[in-house]
Amino acid sequence: MERPLPTDLRELTKRRKRRGRSLAPYALLGPGALWLFLLFLIPMVSMGGIALQEGNALDGFVQTFRFANFTEVLSKNEEFLVRSLRNGAIVTALALVIAYPVAYWIAFYGGRAKNVFLFLVLLPFLVSFSIRTVAWSFILSDNGLVLGALKSLGAPEGWTILNTTPAVIAGITYNLLPFTVLPLYVSLERIDRSVVEAAKDLYSNRFEAFRKVVFPLSLPGVFAAILLTSIPAVGDYLNATVLGGPGDFMIGNVIQDEFLTARDYPEAAALAFLLMAVLLVGAVLYARLLGTEEVTT
Amino acid sequence: MTEQRHSNVDPSWLRGLTSPRMSRRSVLKSMGVGAGALSLSAILAACGTPEAEAPVTGAQPGGEGSPEWWAERVAEGPGENVNFTNWPQYIDLKGDGEGNRVRPTLDAFIEETGINVTYRADINDNAGFYASIRPALEAGEPTGHDIIVITNGTELTELRQRGFLIELDHSLTPNFNANADPSIVDPAFDPDNQYTMSWQSGMTGIAWNTDFVDEEVTSFESLLDDRYAGHIGMFANDDTPNLVMAWLGIEPTTSTPEDWQKAADWMVEQRDSGLVRAYYTQDFLRAFQEGDLWITMAWSGDIINQQLYNPQYASFRFDVPQEGGMLWTDNCCIPTLAENPYGAIQVMDWYYQPDIAALLTEWNAYVSPVPAGGELVQQHADEASGGTKTILQTIAGSPYVFPDADLSSRLYSYREFTTGEELEQWNDLFRPIYVS
Amino acid sequence: MSAASVAEVEVGASTEPAREYRPKKRWTRFLLPTYSTAFILYLSFPIFIIILFSFNDSRTGFGTAPRVSTAWLGFTTRWYQNLFEIPDLTKALEHSLTVALLGAISAAILGTLIGLALARYRYRGKGATDFVIFLSISSPEIVLGAALASFFVSANFDRGLITLYLSHTMFSIAFVAVVVRARASGLDRALEDAAMDLGAGPLVTFLKITLPLVFPGILAGFFLAFALSMDDFVISQFVQGPALMFPTWVVGATKVGIPPHVFVFASLIFTGGLLLAGAFALQVRRRR
Repeated sequence: MERPLPTDLRELTKRRKRRGRSLAPYALLGPGALWLFLLFLIPMVSMGGIALQEGNALDGFVQTFRFANFTEVLSKNEEFLVRSLRNGAIVTALALVIAYPVAYWIAFYGGRAKNVFLFLVLLPFLVSFSIRTVAWSFILSDNGLVLGALKSLGAPEGWTILNTTPAVIAGITYNLLPFTVLPLYVSLERIDRSVVEAAKDLYSNRFEAFRKVVFPLSLPGVFAAILLTSIPAVGDYLNATVLGGPGDFMIGNVIQDEFLTARDYPEAAALAFLLMAVLLVGAVLYARLLGTEEVTT
Repeated sequence: MTEQRHSNVDPSWLRGLTSPRMSRRSVLKSMGVGAGALSLSAILAACGTPEAEAPVTGAQPGGEGSPEWWAERVAEGPGENVNFTNWPQYIDLKGDGEGNRVRPTLDAFIEETGINVTYRADINDNAGFYASIRPALEAGEPTGHDIIVITNGTELTELRQRGFLIELDHSLTPNFNANADPSIVDPAFDPDNQYTMSWQSGMTGIAWNTDFVDEEVTSFESLLDDRYAGHIGMFANDDTPNLVMAWLGIEPTTSTPEDWQKAADWMVEQRDSGLVRAYYTQDFLRAFQEGDLWITMAWSGDIINQQLYNPQYASFRFDVPQEGGMLWTDNCCIPTLAENPYGAIQVMDWYYQPDIAALLTEWNAYVSPVPAGGELVQQHADEASGGTKTILQTIAGSPYVFPDADLSSRLYSYREFTTGEELEQWNDLFRPIYVS
Repeated sequence: MSAASVAEVEVGASTEPAREYRPKKRWTRFLLPTYSTAFILYLSFPIFIIILFSFNDSRTGFGTAPRVSTAWLGFTTRWYQNLFEIPDLTKALEHSLTVALLGAISAAILGTLIGLALARYRYRGKGATDFVIFLSISSPEIVLGAALASFFVSANFDRGLITLYLSHTMFSIAFVAVVVRARASGLDRALEDAAMDLGAGPLVTFLKITLPLVFPGILAGFFLAFALSMDDFVISQFVQGPALMFPTWVVGATKVGIPPHVFVFASLIFTGGLLLAGAFALQVRRRR
């Protein structure tokens, strides 16, 4: 049912009423927000309550609003926090560097097979993490595919990759690469080619065109990629468990241990909130560093 | 081309940051939301979080688990189905010749009694499984399991002390009463078998790979040997502190915090010298198989199974060192509000018949709670031939499956905890060593 | 133009050096595609190993169930023939695929809506939405899992496939929202305004202009949600109740020894997806 085209000059110049528009965001948000509220916020709030309790698993826990839980947990686990942040930073940097060229290539040169390539990137990750990691431990074990071959070629016997920090970092990076590729691709793909061509017409070479035109336009994707990569990286614990050795465990390991084995729920909950607070502060600092005001399109 | 702006970022990059992001104002606003949420949480927490009840040391008169209650259950008759949840690869499994897999011992029960058993191998570790049933237990809801199998340890202690298990009526367990091995009757972790009956037991000792280790390992000192640095495996659970204490000549069950400190010091020194490759929860076997570990703490059944069925691992050895090993038990128990407790207790007792127990042990090569089964295994071995004969022969004669007096004297039990403070102290001392 | 001047121009053109367009050097042309191919191969490398070892003849003894072996023991297709031997494993896989599919679809819908709202509108509560999305992504799964479990029990909700579906959708929504928002921000409003000027109502504009433009983001978000769900272990462990899920089953088996059937399933999933991608690629070629 189409409205007839306005021909009256007054009609044409009348400001289109945006009344309907102001409700639109809420309508869009509604269902998702409700889902998140019920299944995310409420459980999180209840965990917040648990973080303020005292006690132990055998005797039970009592709500005492003990905010000191947070400071205690911080001083106990400072080392793990720092290590996790360090690992997260390395992983994010690595992932960005590795993933960007691929995202760029698929977006610009993928042609109609773009979705196919994207799918190929994601495909290995349909296979469960644990199976992939076992495969990596086959590959990386002391006499496995890689080291076994190298050693028969004369590499020193004592070489070990598994149960070391580089293995953990490599593992986390590997597992998060799709999280990096996807947002980069998505923002690169929508860049209008004519803009790049315009740059070339204005005598810039390919590298300048990239640096001054393409890369800046892809920055929202870079930001999303950093967000989606660094946060799971800092909170990861499975890689440290399987691929790491003593001294490699991250804050996620501590939380898991406190929760499942020691069953010190207030400590685990407090630590979890601490982790989120640190990540939040990090994100805010990052945004402020770039000096942006909130911009809407 | 580049102009000086107030920020040091290339203006073309600034231009690129078009997506809305958290501005200072929006963050402050959301902080307000956060603060509101916290106060809301306070209100919620005051009403919502369940607290533990006082330790229950037996069924209340007429309550669940009491003799009267059991009498009612017996009068009602067993239900149609029992939900049996166990660890993986812990029950006998066989191809029936038509491409299906069946569980002979369980099928025999089903045929004999007409009660169906839904068997699930969902338990991968005690802590994780307990975490998944705890919310239901705390809220007073059925867990959906009739039989669960929990290793002796803090989870079992918690289950018992918080009244999450149904007390067993041993007038309903004739086979257990007649055939159970005295060493697992009335264990320290469950006096009078009030709540549990052993499924299988096992030993924690030391395993080594003769490809890398020349000597015959008889002492725990080998775990401190520099030659194996970086290829030594230790367990990340209570096996380690208990075992280390035993090795240092301390009886674990009566150890004091000072004793614990000695064990902790030993462990820290071992770790900080770079001797330990990693602390394993369950998957030491994989690392051992791949040659990453040359010598490691290990569980008896795991190694025996490798020796029996995988000829490429003929270089694996297992032994309980002179200074001692641990004897742990995986225990069947019935969680509170189970739907079919009478059926459950029948299943549990079924496995205390010698022939059934023999079949089970033949399959998983762990320590059977029924010594009479040993003779039956030997019988089966005599009747069998070929590869099967060798396997059965080995199992029948293995001290790690049917321990002799000498080995039994070297096996220790675990430190039990009755108060939360003790447990906290223990955890605070040892957990940071393997979570590092 | 006279013939002479044309000739002059031509001659002149060939003697002047070309300035701005140097012909692309051969090797740089292949740099990016080679790198990208190597990248995809690297991502798939463990899977190739899995496929290889799914043909490994790690024996069944009299008693022990077969487990994968790191040593090569001979070629066999036995595991492919007896694929559904382990009923628990098959059921677990079924559950995982169902929950992942339904969850990804739901998350794609809900997340897209949120992403669009965030990218294009200013409204009160925007900062809060941002904050919640951020929190959702950054929460450690284990705390989330336990919180969800407590919540379901206190709400008297039986844990099983439904709670799995609810939880998986929940944790995927934020990821989809972030991806869609990255895509939608910067989309030129003029296109939609033009559509409206031509008489299209808001709904039609949305369906015919906005959605197709954002679609790559939605698709990417869908795949991400599907992968997240298939892979999820921690949260599933808490909310699955009696329902079996593939990753939790595998993690359990990892500790004791993985049956080769797991490798077979993994190989089949991967190969199936590969064939799908191939079919898609062929279809794309044909359309040219």
